[in-house]
Amino acid sequence: MTDAPMTDTPMTGVATADALAIDPAADTLTLPPLPPGAHPGGGPLAGLETRDVSAWFGTHKVLERVSLAMPAGEVTALIGPSGCGKSTYLRILNRMHEMVRGAALAGEVLLEGDDVYRPGRRPAEVRRRIGMVFQRPNPFPAMSIQDNVASGLKLAGIKVSKDERQDLVETSLRRAGLWDEVHTRLHTPGGALSGGQQQRLCIARSLAVSPDILLMDEPCSALDPTSTRRVEETIAELRGRLTIVIVTHNMQQAQRVSQTCAFFLATHDTPGRIVEAGPTAQIFGSPRDQRTSDYVNGRFG
Amino acid sequence: MTTLDLPPVAASEPGGPTPPGSAEVPAEAAPPRSQTKVRLGGVTREDVFTVAGALVGSLALNWLLYERVLPFSGAFGFLVCWYLLFLAGYFALGRLQWGKLMVRDRLVAVASWSSGLLVVALIVDQIGYVASRGYEAAQHVNFFTESMEQTAALSPITSGGALNAIVGSLEQLGLATLFAVPLGIAAAIFMSEVGGRLARPVRTLVEAMTALPSIVAGLFILGVFIITFGFEKSGFAASLALTVMMMPIVTRAAEVVIRLVPGTLREASYALGGSQWRTVWNVVLPTARPGLVTAVVLGMARGVGETSPVLLTSGFTSQFNADPFHEHQVSLPLYIWNYVKQPYPEMVARAFAAGLTLMVLVLILFVTARVLGGRKPGELTRRQKRRIDREARSAEAAARAARPSGTVRPATARTASAHASATAVPLPGNS
Repeated sequence: MTDAPMTDTPMTGVATADALAIDPAADTLTLPPLPPGAHPGGGPLAGLETRDVSAWFGTHKVLERVSLAMPAGEVTALIGPSGCGKSTYLRILNRMHEMVRGAALAGEVLLEGDDVYRPGRRPAEVRRRIGMVFQRPNPFPAMSIQDNVASGLKLAGIKVSKDERQDLVETSLRRAGLWDEVHTRLHTPGGALSGGQQQRLCIARSLAVSPDILLMDEPCSALDPTSTRRVEETIAELRGRLTIVIVTHNMQQAQRVSQTCAFFLATHDTPGRIVEAGPTAQIFGSPRDQRTSDYVNGRFG
Repeated sequence: MTTLDLPPVAASEPGGPTPPGSAEVPAEAAPPRSQTKVRLGGVTREDVFTVAGALVGSLALNWLLYERVLPFSGAFGFLVCWYLLFLAGYFALGRLQWGKLMVRDRLVAVASWSSGLLVVALIVDQIGYVASRGYEAAQHVNFFTESMEQTAALSPITSGGALNAIVGSLEQLGLATLFAVPLGIAAAIFMSEVGGRLARPVRTLVEAMTALPSIVAGLFILGVFIITFGFEKSGFAASLALTVMMMPIVTRAAEVVIRLVPGTLREASYALGGSQWRTVWNVVLPTARPGLVTAVVLGMARGVGETSPVLLTSGFTSQFNADPFHEHQVSLPLYIWNYVKQPYPEMVARAFAAGLTLMVLVLILFVTARVLGGRKPGELTRRQKRRIDREARSAEAAARAARPSGTVRPATARTASAHASATAVPLPGNS
């Protein structure tokens, strides 16, 4: 477990106990035993930290020395106006940034103290530990619901027995809060679900490879309020089981789901940087920076 | 004008004794006279009469000009002149009743309609002609069960047939498909997924190859494979020539459909820790599968009818030869080419019957390919659907059986169906 040395907010460590206390209260179903290799619910959780991360697309600098600790087992929200680099930052965390032509990077991204950009480290291995949910639900259209959930195993080349696979599908769907809605039609195509269900299917798909971290890039921006609430409930249930980093444009959502919050801002000629980061209550209640205060109170952005 | 079926809201008395929404309201509020429905859009009687009038008028004028006034003759010229006069007549008739823009609009509509009809008529004519000429020989079973070994020039139609050509065509096409499809799809994957600096020249080359004259493909195999390497003319050599013809078509079509696979799916796959090849294999290709099937069918349809590459490479024989690797092997196009130029009516009839067979073969190929792989991504096969129905029914039955014993219903239903899905056997293509 990383001791996330965050400069201004010493709040790591509180999270795990806190989250576990909350968990039974939420209306989760009793979970079946986790498949082998899965991250045990109360076991060591991995935190994520970046040090002086700067990013470029070609010659255009989009991020300037972003340092942030994302405490283990907690939900960290990244907020800020469009174009401030928060999505780029999120994609840097699991090495999706380098998929873009001309992308460049400086700084360190530490997963349990180990740089994910260390030379020789394979991106596929990093991405398996740091899952990602995208803005628009993107289930694989050629696969059924259960194949979608188990697709991570196939893509990683992991062979499991049929029973293990079945267990994994059920566990992942339960953790994503989708099991009760789809368990009678696991063989039907994933594309036939509603938008909110598709997004939770994508969450289940990410959870099936038992990642330590789950990144969510505006997971609710394409969803209606009811589906948004279900996804938020899912996030609340996952809290304490793994570390979540979520990008959102919705202030209320950031307030509801996150414990830590970071405010990004970019102007015309300066790349995006963190203006203020800290406990969510503090960012929304008594921000230190005037710009944060303006943004969270809806005065700009 | 649209007519609404709803009764006017104002007709129901507000605060009256009948609550709104009860059965009596519509009866009260129903309009006294029945409303007439007006059909919107579509063709009016006026349009039909204008077209018919122009047709008849131009026919009469054309007959007069063609048969009585001008020194022309011949059916083809008659039809062309009739059509041109029809357009002129339609323009004139339209001008009498409509404005200039409207007439121009109608004229274009009529012209596009008639060219569409022309294409359909040509296809029907072509198929009908071959079918009617080919029926003479194809009605006898021996055409499909015998070859031409024992058949002399003047033998009756009840002897000899095209079995050797049918077998040869199928084998050559099968081999060519076996070579062209993996190569073509691999090339398409290279261009769309791997890319890089070489992708553009490869694409240009493939595009140039789609326009390759088929005789050149035959010459290439003849020069390299048969003359230089010294292999004999055989069905295998012919299939190589067909591969040269089919591969660029498969490649082009496959690249187009692979490009249509949304990038978000690739991202999702990479975000799950998939490598590039696993992404291509597990996500991109299955998603593009219906389009890939179309690509394969396009290539096969091109290959099965090619004559000139086969002409140079397979060698003609009237013998039955099922071995594509040795000796000459005839195929349907070559069979047609050889017999249709002979001066004996029975031989020509056999050639037409072979043409009919070739068309039916292409039709069968299309249908088979559609059935095999033409489902939309994620759509279930009939077997999968049946199985799901069966599971649902058994789960329901189990739930019903368990209900009287006092168990809580939802829980029972869940366990039953969970059990059903746990015992499900994964089908090929589903795992």
